[in-house]
Amino acid sequence: MDNKKDIRLMKGNEAIAEAAIRCGVDGYFGYPITPQSEVMETLMLLKPWETTGMVVLQAESEIASINMVYGGAGCGKKVMTSSSSPGISLMQEGLTYLAGAELPCVVVNVVRGGPGLGTIQPAQSDYFQSVKGGGHGDYKLIVLAPASVQEMADFVELAFDLAFKYRNPALILSDGMIGQMMEKVELKPYRKRWTNEEIKQMHPWATMGKPAERERNIITSVELDPNAFERFNHKLQDKYRKMQEEEVRCEQFNCEDAEYLLVAYGSSARICQKAMELARAKGIKVGLLRPITLFPFPTREIQALLGHVKGILSVELSEGQMVEDVRLTVEGKVKVEHFGRVGGVVHSPEEVVEALERKIIGG
Amino acid sequence: MEVSIKDIIKPENLVYQKSSLLTEKPMHYCPGCTHGVVNRLIAEVIEELGLQQETIGVTPVGCSVLLYNYIDIDWQEAAHGRAPALGTAIKRLLPEKYVFTYQGDGDLAAIGTAETIHACNRGENILMVFINNGIYGMTGGQMAPTTLEGMAASTCPFGRDPERDGNPLSMTEIVATLPGTRYVTRQAAHTAGAVRKLKKALIKGFNNQKENKGTSFIEVVSTCNSGWKMTPVQANEWMVENMFPFYPLGDIKDK
Amino acid sequence: MAKMKGAIVVDMVSCKGCSLCVEACPTQVIGLADEVNAKGYNYAYMVNPEACTGCSNCAMVCPDSCITVYRMRVAEPA
Repeated sequence: MDNKKDIRLMKGNEAIAEAAIRCGVDGYFGYPITPQSEVMETLMLLKPWETTGMVVLQAESEIASINMVYGGAGCGKKVMTSSSSPGISLMQEGLTYLAGAELPCVVVNVVRGGPGLGTIQPAQSDYFQSVKGGGHGDYKLIVLAPASVQEMADFVELAFDLAFKYRNPALILSDGMIGQMMEKVELKPYRKRWTNEEIKQMHPWATMGKPAERERNIITSVELDPNAFERFNHKLQDKYRKMQEEEVRCEQFNCEDAEYLLVAYGSSARICQKAMELARAKGIKVGLLRPITLFPFPTREIQALLGHVKGILSVELSEGQMVEDVRLTVEGKVKVEHFGRVGGVVHSPEEVVEALERKIIGG
Repeated sequence: MEVSIKDIIKPENLVYQKSSLLTEKPMHYCPGCTHGVVNRLIAEVIEELGLQQETIGVTPVGCSVLLYNYIDIDWQEAAHGRAPALGTAIKRLLPEKYVFTYQGDGDLAAIGTAETIHACNRGENILMVFINNGIYGMTGGQMAPTTLEGMAASTCPFGRDPERDGNPLSMTEIVATLPGTRYVTRQAAHTAGAVRKLKKALIKGFNNQKENKGTSFIEVVSTCNSGWKMTPVQANEWMVENMFPFYPLGDIKDK
Repeated sequence: MAKMKGAIVVDMVSCKGCSLCVEACPTQVIGLADEVNAKGYNYAYMVNPEACTGCSNCAMVCPDSCITVYRMRVAEPA
């Protein structure tokens, strides 16, 4: 049967690779780093250059791989890379150039604990770097936070759609837990890669060689005229405001009657789902709001709950990063605290409930 | 009968004119800068080979950062040192196109050393043009990886001291040892003869891409008369006397 | 016997007066003008046009593509 569902058991990192081939990605450029090396390993095993024609290349560094992404993106191709925290730090230069040149691409960060070489265990301590720009200059990445292997697969295509819609890099902010764990995943059918002719039609800015009938295309982020560069910066900000208006995605559980709210993304959101159940069993009216887009942040969605929510706990595998955005959202109207284990330690649902009682309800 | 200038200046007597691929934009380079000559030659070569629609150029960070203003082809501007990474991806994703990178010594031989060596070692089927004038021109004349021993720059005002500053780097000899490079040559542009030879090398660098046999790498030993604090003519003389003994001209590899 | 006669046209607006063409000319045709152009450069011109053979060496070394070269064969009086 043609329409038979393709359901597999696989790791989050493997799902990224499968989804990339299936949604017609043209090129993957990467460099090995734990805990995400399975992305490129899976691609190399699947040999997509023999089927879809996708290019897969192991670069000499993350610096090279993000700049290969820049080169490919400048040609209007669907290109991506993946790495983990220290490697993503190396890519910040490339990311600000990509944002400055308005190039679409997808970057996957399977986060591990930092700072420094840190640990290979999962963490969510790259939130600031992801949602505040990361490199120099006023820019934002579109940031998607998957909480399951299924979302690892689905968000590859979504990230490309958003990246091309806004001509802006999109980041899939995962972590070592989602990357390494195995779950059931339904894979989408194969989509054809864009032909060069289609790219020329859809992305007239792409450098595909200059025909007589158009001006030359220049992919660049240099502008030495201050007034022109101010206008360009304003244009970027307009784009980010449009994202904030139109692209916020989040999931809410038991928020309708919640007196207390947990805000958590990715693997922390999974733990908080259980914590919410434990708290509800104790008679505490707890809801969970899971941001799916971290930039744009679900500001309006959180604000809409402030009529009945008396306190918010931001639960992250960090020393408290997203909590700052929750506080900015809430503007002091209710108490907002942070809870999270770090260094590769993962909090338990019981610890989350205990923290909620101690820091929010009793505090 | 004497021939007047008016008789000579007629379309049928035209033997040299500015390439139609060069834009009307005046080049921002200092008077006498080698970049202008090499930019012009690249335009001429692309025009003569009929590759305007087939070529994608990658510009660096440095004096030639705005090179895309001068030649009427599609361009990508790379971050400092990363041009070979861009070139790699462009060529792999558009293998039928002609791809070249254009970089100075700081870009190619300091901050971008890894990208340079690995693109050459993978044998990327691109042309890499390397302008070596032994100095950082754009930022105001600082020491480059290729600054000669004893040569003054604003960050080694009393001359490069190998004990403190390390030694000048011969990147072209290094890439010639790599199996991925196919054609490695060192040229100059200080005389009409040198310019004609350089143009032949550039033509080869483009034509080599038809055969996919590895990277073509062309160093152009160049002057930076502003940075060297000389007139253009003195700078050429100084280059011949001081740069050429350390960076000798000629083909290093051609297979 | 025939000999080659040449002439150059210098784009004096874009010339930066670097004098590389002056050095490159084998027959000392080119000099720099006493006047300056709008950019303030003493632009190149033919000081000694009679000597030009149209060899194009000046155009080869010109960094600003300012020089157009013409050349024709002229019969020499016997």
